[in-house]
Amino acid sequence: MFDALTDKLQGVFSGLKGRGKLTESDIDSAMRAIRLSLLEADVSLPVVKQLTTAIKERATGDEVMSSITPDQQVVKIVNEELTRLMGGTNVSLAMSPTPPTVILMAGLQGSGKTTHTAKLARMLAAEGRAPLMVACDVRRPAAMEQLAVLGEQIDVPVHREDGATNPVKVAKDGIAAAKRTGRDVVLVDTAGRLTIDAEMMDELVAIRDAVKPTSVILVVDAMTGQTAVDVAVAFQDAVQFDGVILSKLDGDARGGAALSVRAVTGMPILFVGTGEKVDALEAFHPDRMASRILGMGDVLSLIERAQQNVDVDDAKRIEEKMRGGNLTLDDFLEQLRQVRKMGPIGQLMGMIPGVGQQAKMKDVEIDERRIDRVEAIISSMTLSERARPDIINGSRRRRIAEGSGTTVQEVNQLLAQFKQMQKLMKRMGKGGLPSMLGA
Amino acid sequence: MTEGSPDGGLGAFAELFGLSPPASEEDRPEPSRRGLFRRLRESIASSQSQAISPQLAGIYQSAMVTDDLWDELEEALIMADCGMAVTTELVDVLREEAAQGRITSGDSLGRALTGEITRRLAPEPPHIGLGDEPTVILVVGVNGSGKTTTIGKLAHRLSELGQKVVIGAGDTFRAAAVEQLAVWADRAGVDIVKQGQGADPGAVAFDAVAAGRARGADVVIIDTAGRLQTQHNLMEELRKVHGVTGRAMEGAPHHVLLVIDSTTGQNGLSQAQLFSEAVPVTGLVLTKFDGVARGGIVLAIERELGIPVTLMGVGEGIDDLQPFDARAFAEAIFSPASGGDA
Repeated sequence: MFDALTDKLQGVFSGLKGRGKLTESDIDSAMRAIRLSLLEADVSLPVVKQLTTAIKERATGDEVMSSITPDQQVVKIVNEELTRLMGGTNVSLAMSPTPPTVILMAGLQGSGKTTHTAKLARMLAAEGRAPLMVACDVRRPAAMEQLAVLGEQIDVPVHREDGATNPVKVAKDGIAAAKRTGRDVVLVDTAGRLTIDAEMMDELVAIRDAVKPTSVILVVDAMTGQTAVDVAVAFQDAVQFDGVILSKLDGDARGGAALSVRAVTGMPILFVGTGEKVDALEAFHPDRMASRILGMGDVLSLIERAQQNVDVDDAKRIEEKMRGGNLTLDDFLEQLRQVRKMGPIGQLMGMIPGVGQQAKMKDVEIDERRIDRVEAIISSMTLSERARPDIINGSRRRRIAEGSGTTVQEVNQLLAQFKQMQKLMKRMGKGGLPSMLGA
Repeated sequence: MTEGSPDGGLGAFAELFGLSPPASEEDRPEPSRRGLFRRLRESIASSQSQAISPQLAGIYQSAMVTDDLWDELEEALIMADCGMAVTTELVDVLREEAAQGRITSGDSLGRALTGEITRRLAPEPPHIGLGDEPTVILVVGVNGSGKTTTIGKLAHRLSELGQKVVIGAGDTFRAAAVEQLAVWADRAGVDIVKQGQGADPGAVAFDAVAAGRARGADVVIIDTAGRLQTQHNLMEELRKVHGVTGRAMEGAPHHVLLVIDSTTGQNGLSQAQLFSEAVPVTGLVLTKFDGVARGGIVLAIERELGIPVTLMGVGEGIDDLQPFDARAFAEAIFSPASGGDA
């Protein structure tokens, strides 16, 4: 996410680093680079102008010019302005005091409405709510079918009317069905549209007026270019959306659309879509995103993912074993799986400060496959082998290699690494970090 | 050629594929893709929220070439998603022409701009050659770019031109993608080769080509699941689908079309680059081109990779996919909406 913008800004500031003091022309060249970076990141031109003006005004002030570390001051200002433009603090989805809460999903064709309707439903269900999805896209062939299949995957009921041609009726029926069956959140999926298609915009308005949604959510593709502003304004004029989901942010799109939409409409970005799987939906945090843009990593998101996916008791138990030097291969496997539950290693690496720029996708993918092989090797061991790796002799190694589809060398490598790790753990357990460093 | 014409634009497709035009089109005085262009202009004129149009109108109305005019031109190009590299180049080229006295007013600047863009995008009219054996076309792109719809319309057009078409439903990942394509195949009256969701896309591609050969098809079009270009494993899968297609028939696929959404910003360049690294992309399909979305990214892609635009789609209607017309494109995005036909 936003990696390229991060690279660019770091480039600008590493040029300024070590000079001690900034001149007016330093500031100007920094501003030009920031402008170019933002434009290449698809931030809309009027928003870029607004942003660079604000940054420049502050950057030429005393707090920067007289500072001993002016580059850090500029970074801080850019960070603050980006955060401010993206809306300050995180905003959560509004729930109606009188259920059902009705959420209307809108967006251009192909922005990811249907997929994100399901992702949002899954998230709400995980929070203990009882969602119902309503298939109102009567235009795209098999769109209703798609929502039904997704509903099955996430175990959320779908209201659909096969052969329906009137989405307003389907939407109304859906709300009625939710009331009847005691569902407390209704997510209404609608047909995608082109901004200039007045007829389809009217249809969306008609659905909104019929269901009186608690929130209208606009799904915006993170890869959108300068058009993002036009799109946001068109939907704002027509249906007054309340929040945005930024989809497809797992690619290398720099996602300037996030800045544009927020700045132009004032409506917050609620969630970001970070993958094709139905659980790839995360809350949007403007401050974290700004930090990412500036190459400061996203440690908070990493911690949050760990909290969601790692069982605290398990983690404690393993930690105790580690300290005692009693870690078995079974524990190791379990830990590996815990970490992988948090998401692709590549994505996790991107969140660690300083790693984002270095970890190139390809290398990371290879790592992922190596971890697959480690899992396969350990899985091919018997329980007693996992508990006491010392008993693994030559013939056992051959059997394990064959069973896991790997080679004896790879098995040897893993065992050697594990042994070393155990030693390290023991030392850590005895004297903690200092004795380890002293060794 | 008029709006309601049932086979409007078919002649242009005949040209694209090097086929003989349908009888009803023969006596038409001009290429029918003008119909699409006209509709585009109408839609642009009717769109309300447009950031560029006032700027363009300002450029065209200017009596003299001033510094402000160059700034306005630069902004218009940026806002059309052309990217900084293309924008800077275009401004430099036109400044040079102005210095030599060939551009003297906003109006001549506008005409020089559309001329330069046309020249860059279309050295020759687009062409998708069809061979004797089935010609295999592989369609790729990111999620939501409009692959399935494009395939449906393409199949329909080819079928209208008397070609026997087989579609391979290779998007085995997205829920109901196969069903969506089946609806299109049904509308177009063409064969579809499919397996269930989750099936191996390579196997579907192989089967589709084999079925195409066995049934004496003229064209086999293979759909693929949408994938972001940074998803290494999925790009490897695409490479495999391409390889398997080649094993089913030597030389296949003969064409690889990359579908790009007109609203795409600078990420489109990354899409073209990384898809090209995985499979040999032979042409672009610019979809959802509605005048608000200007698709200037194809200029950046042309500049970096030299991949030509083959087809352009405006909307969901069957008439809304047309062979790419560089001049119509340039005029559609860089003529002021209020002005007449340039």
